[in-house]
Amino acid sequence: MGIGNLLARDRVGKTFLTLLALFAVVVSTLNLLVPEASAFHVSTFTVTVAGKYLCYALLALAVDLVWGYCGILSLGHGAFFALGGYAMGMYMMRQIGERGVYGNALLPDFMVFLNWKELPWYWLGFDHFWFASLMVLLVPGLLACLFGWLAFRSRVTGVYLSIITQALTYAFMLAFFRNEMGFGGNNGLTDFKDILGFNLQKDGTRVAIFLLSALFLGLGYITSRFVVESKMGRVVTAVRDAESRTRFIGYKVEHFKLWIFVFSAVLAGIAGALYVPQVGIINPSEFSPLNSLELVIWVAVGGRGTLYGAVLGAILVNYAKTIFTGILPEVWLFALGGLFVAVTLFMPDGLVGVARRLRLGGVR
Amino acid sequence: MKSFRSIGNLLATATLWLLSSLLSTTALAEETIKVGILHSLSGTMAISETTLKDTMLMLIEEQNKKGGLLGKKLEAVVVDPGSNWPLFAEKARELLQKNKVAAIFGCWTSVSRKSVLPVLEELNGLLFYPVQYEGEESSKNVFYTGAAPNQQAIPAVDYLMNDLGVKRWVLAGTDYVYPRTTNKILEAYLKSKGVKDKDIMINYTPFGHSDWQSIVADIKKFGTAGKKTAVVSTINGDANVPFYKELGNQGITADKLPVVAFSVGEEELSGIDTKPLVGHLAAWNYFMSVDTKENAEFIKKWHEFIKNPKRVTNDPMEAHYIGFNMWVKAVQKAGTTDTDAVAKAMIGIEFPNLTGGVAKMNKAHHLSKPVLIGEIQDDGQFQTVWQTKGLVDGDAWSDFLPESKVIIADWTPPINCGNYNTKTKKCSGQKY
Amino acid sequence: MSKRNNNPMLPCWEKPLLLLASGLWVLALLLAGLAPARADALADALNPLPTVAMADMEQAIGKLAQVQDPRVGGVLKALLEARLFYVKESKRVVFADPKDDGFKLTDALTGEALGEVGRFDVKKIPITNALRTVLNSAIAKLELTAPDAKQRLKAVESIIQNPNPEALALLTKQVGQEPDNTVREAIQVALSLADLSGSDKTLRVQAIHALEGNLNQEVRNRLTALQEKTETGDFIEPDSDIRNLAAVALKKIQLKLEMNRLGEMLFFGLSLGAVLVLAAIGLAITFGVMGVINMAHGELMMIGAYTTYVVQLLMPNAIDYSLFVAIPAAFVITALVGIGIERGIIRFLYGRPLETLLATFGLSLVLQQLVRSIFSPLNRSVSTPSWMSGSLEINSALSLTLNRFYIILFSLLVFWGLLMILKKTRLGLEVRAVAQNRAMAKAMGIRTDWVDAMTFGLGSGIAGVAGVALSQLTNVGPNLGQAYIVDSFMVVVFGGVGNLWGTLVGGLTLGVADKILEPYVGTVLAKILMLIFIILFIQKRPRGLFPQKGRAAEG
Repeated sequence: MGIGNLLARDRVGKTFLTLLALFAVVVSTLNLLVPEASAFHVSTFTVTVAGKYLCYALLALAVDLVWGYCGILSLGHGAFFALGGYAMGMYMMRQIGERGVYGNALLPDFMVFLNWKELPWYWLGFDHFWFASLMVLLVPGLLACLFGWLAFRSRVTGVYLSIITQALTYAFMLAFFRNEMGFGGNNGLTDFKDILGFNLQKDGTRVAIFLLSALFLGLGYITSRFVVESKMGRVVTAVRDAESRTRFIGYKVEHFKLWIFVFSAVLAGIAGALYVPQVGIINPSEFSPLNSLELVIWVAVGGRGTLYGAVLGAILVNYAKTIFTGILPEVWLFALGGLFVAVTLFMPDGLVGVARRLRLGGVR
Repeated sequence: MKSFRSIGNLLATATLWLLSSLLSTTALAEETIKVGILHSLSGTMAISETTLKDTMLMLIEEQNKKGGLLGKKLEAVVVDPGSNWPLFAEKARELLQKNKVAAIFGCWTSVSRKSVLPVLEELNGLLFYPVQYEGEESSKNVFYTGAAPNQQAIPAVDYLMNDLGVKRWVLAGTDYVYPRTTNKILEAYLKSKGVKDKDIMINYTPFGHSDWQSIVADIKKFGTAGKKTAVVSTINGDANVPFYKELGNQGITADKLPVVAFSVGEEELSGIDTKPLVGHLAAWNYFMSVDTKENAEFIKKWHEFIKNPKRVTNDPMEAHYIGFNMWVKAVQKAGTTDTDAVAKAMIGIEFPNLTGGVAKMNKAHHLSKPVLIGEIQDDGQFQTVWQTKGLVDGDAWSDFLPESKVIIADWTPPINCGNYNTKTKKCSGQKY
Repeated sequence: MSKRNNNPMLPCWEKPLLLLASGLWVLALLLAGLAPARADALADALNPLPTVAMADMEQAIGKLAQVQDPRVGGVLKALLEARLFYVKESKRVVFADPKDDGFKLTDALTGEALGEVGRFDVKKIPITNALRTVLNSAIAKLELTAPDAKQRLKAVESIIQNPNPEALALLTKQVGQEPDNTVREAIQVALSLADLSGSDKTLRVQAIHALEGNLNQEVRNRLTALQEKTETGDFIEPDSDIRNLAAVALKKIQLKLEMNRLGEMLFFGLSLGAVLVLAAIGLAITFGVMGVINMAHGELMMIGAYTTYVVQLLMPNAIDYSLFVAIPAAFVITALVGIGIERGIIRFLYGRPLETLLATFGLSLVLQQLVRSIFSPLNRSVSTPSWMSGSLEINSALSLTLNRFYIILFSLLVFWGLLMILKKTRLGLEVRAVAQNRAMAKAMGIRTDWVDAMTFGLGSGIAGVAGVALSQLTNVGPNLGQAYIVDSFMVVVFGGVGNLWGTLVGGLTLGVADKILEPYVGTVLAKILMLIFIILFIQKRPRGLFPQKGRAAEG
C-alpha cells in the first residue's frame, strides 16, 4: 500500500495535510518577508505559539494512537514528551559552553553552582547533535519498551494500567525535581543560546523550527495513518474492541500493544524535542500527572480514534487557553473546566463526532 | 466517505479562524502607556501572586488619579501565566510584542524569572521583580526590588548568633534554587564564623511537602542536644502550614528552638492558625506593623482599594510599590518609556521605603533597604525585635561563595556588565 | 547560694544579660526576705510595665517575679500568653480577653471587671523570645508548690532545662514533701544532674547510677558532654572513672532510645497511612464499587476542609467543639454536592469509566476556581481545638502528637462505619448487588438510579469528612485536593479496586513503608521508591492486593 494510495482514501487527512502545509508556509512568509509595520505581519510571538501548538498536536497524535486505536489510556505520556525535551535541552545546554554565568566551558551553570566537579556520565555525548537526536528517540522508546513489556506481559489493563502510567510520570517528576539528579532541579534547563550554531533568538531560526514542527506533524500523521491502516493496525483495533477474543484467535496481543506503545512514545519524544527550543525551558513540571491528564482531554475534545481529531483538539484547546488567559484571566478555568464537562456529556465522540453527526443529519 | 467532507470543512474553518485571529493583533494608535502585569492568577502560585496583581492595579489607578505619566494614562495589561513556567515566557513575549508594554511587573518564583529572562533580553523589555531571591544574577533588563541574600539571610543569622546566642543551626528548605543558594551562602558564612560541620544540619524537602513528622522529630533531636539551636527556614509556601503545625504539636516552642523564616510573611500567616507560632521569627525588609506615616497611608489605600479592611500587606507588595514609583520617576526623568533610556535613568533613583529610610537603585539593579527581624504575634502580625542600623545595599553576587566572590555587577560605563569577573576583567554570560 | 563564683552551673548561662538579671534577682530576693512585704509592691512592679523600654523589660519582669503576692503568678502567665494589655489612655494594666471585635477587660491588680472596649483602645505589653524564657523560669519557681501535680511537673522540667541555684534550693526543700511519684522522680533527676555537675566524686558516681536508663534529654546531653574532647584532644572531664561510668549509662540509654525510635517510626507510618486511607476510602467506594474515576474527589475533600473553616467562622467562641459540628456538616454538604454531580453528570456516563475521568477532571477545575472566587486564592486559617494540640507523652523520649493520634482513630472509625453500612444496611446490600450485576439487580427490583446516587453521595460524604481531618494537618486552600488525588488513586489500585479492606491495608502499608525508608533515603527518594514498588507490584498482581473475584473482575 503506497503512501499516495493511503492518502487517497483519507480525504480529511488530505485536507488536513494541505491546510497544515498552507498554514506553515503562510505563517512563515508573513513573519519573514512582510515588514513589521504591515497589517499582515505575523509576529514572532505568534510563530512560537503556533509552533508550540504543532508540538502539542504531535503529542496528541501519539496519545490518540494508543488510546483511540489500542484502548490503552496512558496517563503518563507527558513523561515521554518531557524526556524527549530533556534530551534536546541537554544538547542545547552543552552548546552554551563558556557563555554561561560562571563561564565554565564544561559544566552547565547549575552544576558549577552545586559544586559538581565533572560532567556526570549520562551527560556525555550530548554535545553532539546526532547523539542528542538519537537519545530523543531512544530514551522514550526504551522506557516505553521496558514499561510496556512489564505491563502488557502481565496483562495489566484498564484503570490499573492508567494509574500506573500516572505513577510512572509522577515518579519521574519527583526524581527530576531533585537537585542531586543533575538535571537542574526545579529550574530545569534554560537560558539556551543556539542550536546547530543558529542563534535561537533570531526570527529565522524560530521559523525554521516552526516549519520543522509542521513537517514532523505531517510526517507523524502520515506514518500514524499508515500504521493504523496496515494489517497490524487492524489487529491493534481488534485488541481495543475485544482483547480476549483477539488473543484467543491466536494473535500475540502483548506484542502488538507493545509495538504501538513504543511507537507512540517515540512520537511524543520527538514532539518534546521540538517543543523545548521554541518555549526556551524544560523543567520537571512537564512530568506532572495533571499535564498528562490534560493531553488526554485534548484528544477527547477533538475526537478519539480519528487522528485528525486529536490534532484538532490539541490546537483548539490550547488556542482557547491562550485566548482565555489573555482576556478572562480570572475565570478561564471555569471556561476550560466547563468545556471538558460539556464535551464528555454532549459530544462523546468529540468535535469530529459532532461534525459527522451533523453531516449524517443533513443527509437524512 | 462523503460524510468526511464536513470534517474537512470544519478543519478548514478552524484553521482560517485561527489564522485570521492571529493576524488581527497589530497595533492600535498609542494613546496610553501600557504596563504589563505577569502574575499567576491560577495554579499553585496564585495564592501568593494574586495579591501582587491587585497591588499593581491599585498603584496604576493611583498614578492615573495623579494625572498619569508623561501626559498619558497608564493602562494595565493583566495576563495569567497560570503557574506554568514555559507559559511565563510566552506571556512575556505576548506582553512585549503584542501589547507593546513599557514595563512588566511580575514573576514570583526563580524559575519563572529564569524562563522570562531570555525573552526580555531578546526583545529588550523591562521587568520589575518584587520577591526576595537567591542572587547570582543581574540582568540589564531586570530590576530586582526584592531582597538579595545579604539583605535577608545574613542579617537574620547575625541576629540569632549575636543576640540569641545560637550555636547550632538547622538549615531547612524546599528543594529548589532559592533555598539551595541561600543555604550554601549561609553555610559558608557560618563556617567563616567558626561553626563546626557537626553543628549544621541541612535538610531539603519537596514542594508542598505535608508530612513533616520524621523531619521535625529529627530537628527536635538535633536541637535538644545541649547547645542553643535555631532553624533557618527557606521552606516555600504551602509546605509551611503543616511544618509549623507539626512543630507546635511536637512541643517545639519558639523560646526553645526558634525558627526564622525567609518566605513566611503576613499573607502566609493569614492562612495559618498562629497561636502555636508565637515567637518564631521572620526576616524581611518590610512589616505591616511598622509604624511610619507612609506605611499607614499605604495600608489605608490598600484597604480602600481591595474593599476589605482585614487584608494584610507584605514585603513583595512594598517591593512593587517602590519599584513602580521608581519606574514612574525614571520615566519622568528620561522623558520617554524607551527601555534603554529608562534603564539608564533608573540607576540612582531614590524613593522612600515604607519602613523608613530611602531606597536607592544601585548599579547592580538592586535596592538598598533596611532589614527587619520580627517575631510572629498571635494576631498574625510581626513585632520588630531587631533592625539593621542603616540600609543594606543589595548585593547580586554573594561574597561568601568562591565562584561568585570575584564577580560584580555594574550597569554603568565603563563596565556595563551584570556578570563582570574582577580577576579576569571579563564579562561573561551576557549577550551584548 | 552565695558562693556564686565557683558555681558549676555558670557555663550554662551564656547570656550575660540573664546573668545580670538573675544576680539582681538574688539580691532582690534577699532584700525581700529582709524587708516586710509591702501591700502595694505588686502595683509598684506592675504599673511601670506599659512605659518600660524593651531593653529594660527583663529587669522589670525580674522585679515583678520577686514580689511576694499570690497574684504574681497570674500576671506573669498573662504576660506570657499575651493577655496582659494596658489601656492606652490611663496606662492601667489589665487582663484582656478577645470578645467579638474588641476585648473584655479585667483589672490586673484588683480583678475588677472593666467591661468591654474596642480593639484600638488597648495595647498589648510586648514580649520577645528572650523574655519568654525568663518568664517561664519565673513561673516555674512559683508553680513548684502549685496544687496541681501536672503544673508542678512542668515547673520541675523547666528547671531541669534552665537550672539555677535558687531553683535547685527550692527543689531540695520540695523533694521531701512532694506527694506525687512522677514529680518526685523528676525532682530527683534535677538534683542528680546538679550533683553530677558538682565536685564531690562519690556524689557524682551516685548521680550517674541514679540517672542510668533515664530517657530525659537533658540527662543524655550531660552524659554525652562528659565524653567530649577539647580542641587539643584531651577529655574535658579529667576523671576517667566518671567518664567510663557515664559511657556505660549512656549505652543503656541509647538502647532504650532505639526501641522508642522504632515505636515512633511505626506511629509516623501509621499516621501517614491513616491520612492516605481517609483520602482514598471515599474513592474506593466511587471508583471501586461504581467504576467511576472521580478526579474531583480531591476537590470534595477541599470542600470538606472549607466547611470546617466556615463552621469555625460561625462559632468562634467554641473552637473546641467545632469539629463535632464540622464532621456531620461536611458529610452532608459534600454528599449533596456528590449527589448533584452524579445526577448532573455521571449518570449519563455509566459504562464509560474513562469518560467519567475527563468530565470530573473538568469539574475539578471548576470547583477549584469556584473556591478561589468565593474564598480568595489565599489559604484559610483553621484552628486546632485545644484537645487536639500537643502530644501524648509515653515517656520523655517518645511522645505521640495528639492530632495524628486522633486522626488514626478517626480513620479507623470511618472505615469501620463504612464497612458496617455496606454490610449491615439495606443500602449496603443494594450497593453490593448493583456492583456485582447491575442488570440482575435491576431485574430484582432495586432502583439502581437511587442506589447510584446514594453510593456516590456516600463516597463523596466520606471525602468531605476526610477533608475535615486534613484541615487539621495541612493548608486549607484551593490546591488541597490536587495534593492528594494521585496518592489516593495509588492506594486504591494497590489495595485492589472494589475492596475496602484492600484500601485499609494498602494505605497503612504504604504509609509505614514510606516512613521506614525515609530516614535512609530521604523523603523524595522514599516516595519515588514507593511509586516504583507500586508499578512493579501491579505487574506481579495486576488486580492489586485483594483482587476481586468472579465476573466483576473482568470489568
